[in-house]
Amino acid sequence: MLDAGRAKRDLSRSKSREGAMPQVTLSVNGTTHTVEVEGRTLLVELLREKLRLTGTHVGCDTSQCGACVVHMDGESVKACTTLAVMCDGAQVTTIEGLAQADGTLHPMQEAFREYHALQCGFCTPGMVMSAVDLVKKNPQGLSEQEIREGLEGNLCRCTGYHNIVKAIAAAQDVMHGRRESLAAAAE
Amino acid sequence: MYDFAYHKPSSLAEATRLLAADPDAKAISGGHTLLPALKHRLNRPTALVDLSGISEMQGIRREGDALVIGALTKHEAVARSSEVKSAIPALVFLAQHIGDTQVRNRGTIGGSVANNDPAADYPAAVLGLGATVRTSRREIPADEFFLGMFTTALEPDEILTAISFPIPEKAGYAKMRNPASRYVMAGAFVSKGKMGVRVAINGAGPCVFRQTEMEAALAANWSPEAVAGIKQSASGLNSDIHGSAEYRAHLVSVMAKRAVQSAG
Repeated sequence: MLDAGRAKRDLSRSKSREGAMPQVTLSVNGTTHTVEVEGRTLLVELLREKLRLTGTHVGCDTSQCGACVVHMDGESVKACTTLAVMCDGAQVTTIEGLAQADGTLHPMQEAFREYHALQCGFCTPGMVMSAVDLVKKNPQGLSEQEIREGLEGNLCRCTGYHNIVKAIAAAQDVMHGRRESLAAAAE
Repeated sequence: MYDFAYHKPSSLAEATRLLAADPDAKAISGGHTLLPALKHRLNRPTALVDLSGISEMQGIRREGDALVIGALTKHEAVARSSEVKSAIPALVFLAQHIGDTQVRNRGTIGGSVANNDPAADYPAAVLGLGATVRTSRREIPADEFFLGMFTTALEPDEILTAISFPIPEKAGYAKMRNPASRYVMAGAFVSKGKMGVRVAINGAGPCVFRQTEMEAALAANWSPEAVAGIKQSASGLNSDIHGSAEYRAHLVSVMAKRAVQSAG
């Protein structure tokens, strides 16, 4: 049965959609973008489809798997559960923004390579972004157990997490200046 | 997800006006419950009113012998707050164990309490500490706030602004998480203080509830043993693929015992 009120509202809504689309201005990996989005556009859609930054993945799309994790104003967030319009004025860092301009990998990326912390690689961008946030927030250092608990929001269906945990343990020593390089950590 | 209009008011008055003007508009803060629901098309709001720009709903502060937490406070902020830790350490423990880091970085206490998911953590603390829910128009005691599954005393255009927790002498929280989803199968928040002895059970039933038999036992003898032998009736509890009502009833006694243990 058609609800007249609902239909009327839908009509006015589609009109307003044609009118002015919300605009968001945000910084992604140091570059400022002003983009037109729909109210319902997710941050991950903005990154992948509008800015063509496809390193941020969509795994489950239900806030469970963490393949879409990016940093927003210094905090790790799930980009599949964040509206783009709510990111107006935000500073976003994606996996593409982690390495230095000359291509030198971030210590966490280097550690994932050194310790073979991936198999298929689908979860890796989110895993790396979560790991960087976890290590930054815990300058006192994390035990193996704490690293495992800290990865609660990231699922990997290949590795069994073992090498991921090893990589993060090694990277934290480099990030906090306790070791100069991973070469020293890896022996 | 169906599309919707988006508004970001900067004051409570403006947010209230936007919600009152459109019965199909919904408030959003962290969005970690609402957005998954919208993706499943379980709801179709005409507009979302983003509360995150309202400064009067922010912040954690002491007000006499109460701890007041603004509705927009993220779970991670509570988990890392020295103010909360010194006043109600059980609340820090609870916040540290909601979802995962990324959920805690976006999800808010106001959203969790206003949504009243049977498996949410915060409703147990609000009821178990005898807190007062502050809204855009009144103050509601916890005992009158949680009405049923996903149902509270909030009116459609009424906005939860803060929660005032009386600081207890002792408080503890324990929960059994579903191994896959990590949502609460059964949990217990216990406290002792000027609000008396309170035991709130979450996860087990359609809505958080007080276990008065356990409260009486703990009032006479505050010890894990006092509640360990009290059997919760399975009648009316949730039963699903994750666990039967009888299983959840059993967990209630175990969780209450552990909560008292953790309270010390």
